[in-house]
Amino acid sequence: MNVNEYIFFAGFVILQFVVLATAWNILGGYAGYVNFGVPAFIAVGAYSAVVLFKSISAPLVVQIIGGGILAGLLGLMVGLLTLKLRGIFFSIATVAVVFILETVVMNWRYVGGATGLQLTRPPDLWIFDTYTRMLFFVMAVLAVCSVSIARYIQDSFLGRGLRAVRDSEEAAECSGVPTLKIKLIACTISGALMGVAGAPMPMYLSYIEPTATFNLNYSISALGMPIIGGTSHWIGPVIGALLLATIQQIVTVTVSNELNVLVVGVLLVLFVVLAPDGILGLIKKWKQSSK
Amino acid sequence: MDNMRRKVIGTGTAALVAASVPGSLVFAQGAPIKIGMSMPQTGGLGAGGQAALIGIRMWVDDVNAKGGLLGRKVEFIVYDDQSNGANTPGIYTKLLDVDKVDILIAPYATNPTAPIMPLVKERGKLLMGNFSFQVNSKVQHDMWFNNAPWNDARGWSEGFLEAGKNAGAKSLAVFAADAEFQQNLANGAREIAQSSGWNIVYNQNYPGNNTDFSSIIRSVRAARPEAVFVACYPNEAVAIMRSVNEIGIGSQVQIFGGGMVGLQFTPVMQSLGSLLNGVVNFNSYVPGMKFPGIEDFFKRYTERAVAAKVDPLGYYLPPFNYAIGQMIEQAVNATKTIDNKRLAEYLRRTEFNTIVGPISFDKNGERAKPRLVQTQFRNVKDNDLEQFRSPGKQVVVWPAVDKQGDVITPFDRARKAT
Amino acid sequence: MISIDLLFEAVLFGILLGCFYAAVSLGLSVAFGLLDVPYVAHPALLILGSYFTFLLSKTGLDPIICGLLLMPVFYLIGIALYRFYYETFERRSSDTGVRGLAFFFGIAFIIEVCLILVFGVDQRTVSATYIGSSLEIGEYRFPYRMLVAFGIAIFLTTLLTLYFSKTFNGRAIKAVGQDEGALRLMGANPVKIKQLAFGIATAVNALAGAMLIIVGPVEPAMDRIYIGRTFCVVVLAGLGSMSGTLVAGLILGIAESVVMMTLGASWAPAVSFGLLLLMLGIRPQGLFGR
Repeated sequence: MNVNEYIFFAGFVILQFVVLATAWNILGGYAGYVNFGVPAFIAVGAYSAVVLFKSISAPLVVQIIGGGILAGLLGLMVGLLTLKLRGIFFSIATVAVVFILETVVMNWRYVGGATGLQLTRPPDLWIFDTYTRMLFFVMAVLAVCSVSIARYIQDSFLGRGLRAVRDSEEAAECSGVPTLKIKLIACTISGALMGVAGAPMPMYLSYIEPTATFNLNYSISALGMPIIGGTSHWIGPVIGALLLATIQQIVTVTVSNELNVLVVGVLLVLFVVLAPDGILGLIKKWKQSSK
Repeated sequence: MDNMRRKVIGTGTAALVAASVPGSLVFAQGAPIKIGMSMPQTGGLGAGGQAALIGIRMWVDDVNAKGGLLGRKVEFIVYDDQSNGANTPGIYTKLLDVDKVDILIAPYATNPTAPIMPLVKERGKLLMGNFSFQVNSKVQHDMWFNNAPWNDARGWSEGFLEAGKNAGAKSLAVFAADAEFQQNLANGAREIAQSSGWNIVYNQNYPGNNTDFSSIIRSVRAARPEAVFVACYPNEAVAIMRSVNEIGIGSQVQIFGGGMVGLQFTPVMQSLGSLLNGVVNFNSYVPGMKFPGIEDFFKRYTERAVAAKVDPLGYYLPPFNYAIGQMIEQAVNATKTIDNKRLAEYLRRTEFNTIVGPISFDKNGERAKPRLVQTQFRNVKDNDLEQFRSPGKQVVVWPAVDKQGDVITPFDRARKAT
Repeated sequence: MISIDLLFEAVLFGILLGCFYAAVSLGLSVAFGLLDVPYVAHPALLILGSYFTFLLSKTGLDPIICGLLLMPVFYLIGIALYRFYYETFERRSSDTGVRGLAFFFGIAFIIEVCLILVFGVDQRTVSATYIGSSLEIGEYRFPYRMLVAFGIAIFLTTLLTLYFSKTFNGRAIKAVGQDEGALRLMGANPVKIKQLAFGIATAVNALAGAMLIIVGPVEPAMDRIYIGRTFCVVVLAGLGSMSGTLVAGLILGIAESVVMMTLGASWAPAVSFGLLLLMLGIRPQGLFGR
């Protein structure tokens, strides 16, 4: 029996959130810097893809690489500008980046401005039956890659440095950790991965416009999923994303769109208040108590 | 709304269960024909969308009372896209893949429709357009048929600009939101104006969610135009009229309006009241225009609308939405199939008889013979809904075949005229 | 190009707008500037105030009266919110940065979505005799709704500045941000003081919300752009400065108004966020900060 196409359509979004949650956690979970500007990086990825597609008819792979590079650059620039600031200032600065970039895009006719741009998918489907299935496969590959990167960082010198920064930045500085450098690296990688998650979106919808692409709803999901899953280990964002995004897709199909955001918001507040170490933390506690 | 969703889920689940039974009974003769769409029921276009929806539901009930289409019941599935184009690709993918809809109707208005054009073209699906403007111009889908009584920008701006010229106006100000419909219209109007010798003294775009027009109206006033052409959506239209009233547009303005969507919605007309006076704007139907059978439609419509607490007059959209249903009905009955390709071929070559008169399509899927009117608001009083039932409040000034009166200029005089 | 006349009018309008922005940022100035609470939910509560004003005004009351009536309600909401935040985060003091931020971010979104679920995405307005007409002075026209907002803004700023400098509690609030220990020695309970401050900040939001819906239509998603405007004003002013808030508001208002006139309304959203980023980059302590 044929698998319903919609599974791939919804599955793409779920996998996209795995990438986004993992990417967010590199800076937010490991280092403790809360990035609210997730949509800015997604949008840089998406609009780079649009420009590459429109100007040189770049294939999907090139669009993704281009989106990743440019979003990584944005991460580096934002880092240079704001990582010297305290926690909340960094977060507010990231929100500022979202709106400033959105305004720039809205005034840029080439990519459609505020009106948006209709895009025709190229006929190349590789080995798949439909374009959506191909995008689903691409996003799955990206999810595996980003989780591998997060896992590698966690166990490396970078990860240890980031944890030191999160626990006490002053102490880390004093003991010789090059805090600014590793924060910048984390910011760049985090941004690049978010850009990579955003790059396939124009092809996914055959349409792009700024209000939806720069929507702050991405922020609450991208930070809610790791916090709910657990921020200290690379598997936390994966658990959070798979669980939450699946619930969101079911809610979208059966009830309404708004309830999505409400589900994430309520769960986020509940977990932040009651279970700050997320699902991983709950599992740990349950394991300990059953010993 | 919730009832509809539950019905959909119920039907979907039943279908899934039944489909797994070998020799399933679900797909026997008698399975309903599904017609689906998203309609902006909330948000800026909501007031119009809710009224339009009643028009379609009336057709669904009428056709089912006659035994349905091809002996099968018509099942109507509709979602709310909140006037937001970002929601429509997801909704229409859901309609096609989850609800398994047979025939698609577009959402009311250009901006929610634009994002789904590539999707429908790629899937090779028929799309019955719903009052969009030039939304197919870039994608060029060959299975698109728009019920709106216009074709391109000429129908909108010719009448407006002609009336301005007759009053001696030579300079034009144009402003429009940065969104699909408003830009399509403003660009078209500007080209026509330039080629017919107008001097364009002001030309600006504003973001679609702008709520304060003080600085724009001030700038327009400072440019001293003799005609002002606006392409805007309902929320903007209300804010613009309020701002014009607050700040003033200048005594040299002869004619104001043109492409303001929303001033045709009854709730908007009622809330703006006397602020509307003098505006020259487009419409599809006003009392006094002759369409066969339309009076009867309005009687039945008003009953349902009052019960649903929606616009009780229903002039602008509902009859045209009912006409979409009529065209689907005639096409399905003539071709004896719901195959989208065959329906599209039939729609392309046929002239349909509907309650809004004869409708036929050109090669782009737009109306072959536009019948748009420009009207001028006169003598509108505040807080009076019933006043719009009688002719004389929206006086048709163009084209000649429907004309009810001459344009009163300048704009300031028309605002106070009785 | 742009005439001096038009520019002058833009500046005048910017002054009115700026005072309005200052007034809606006062609550944040107290909660974040003085108390250091990462109160990103402030704009959401502002919009909530607007919607409550909308509901209350349906009884026929003037929107300003509605705002004043809502102030005690919001005061209680503020106290409850701070109490909860304190017990959950500040007291346990573990990883407060991320969690506190995430908490208020979550609250902001919950408020926004609940508003959408209850009221829909439609724009809401209130009506009053002074909404819709303007004061004519020569060639210039000043909408009364802006003048009313201007008046309320001046009133609120003056009231708060006096409170913080003349009353014991007020000065305690100013002190608690600087040196809690010293304050305790003086016999004031820091937690109770902070609670009071947060309550006042939220109560001010009620009246500011009424102002917002007088000035123009509101919709649930408006809290997002106001994150920019309110934080811009607070950061520009420098944490802890009340009168600085007014000056910062004026700067933002005039900048936005002039940009709208010269570059166009499509660049307006970038003004507040751009100024914010600029300040954070070159002088994070603001113009008047400590």
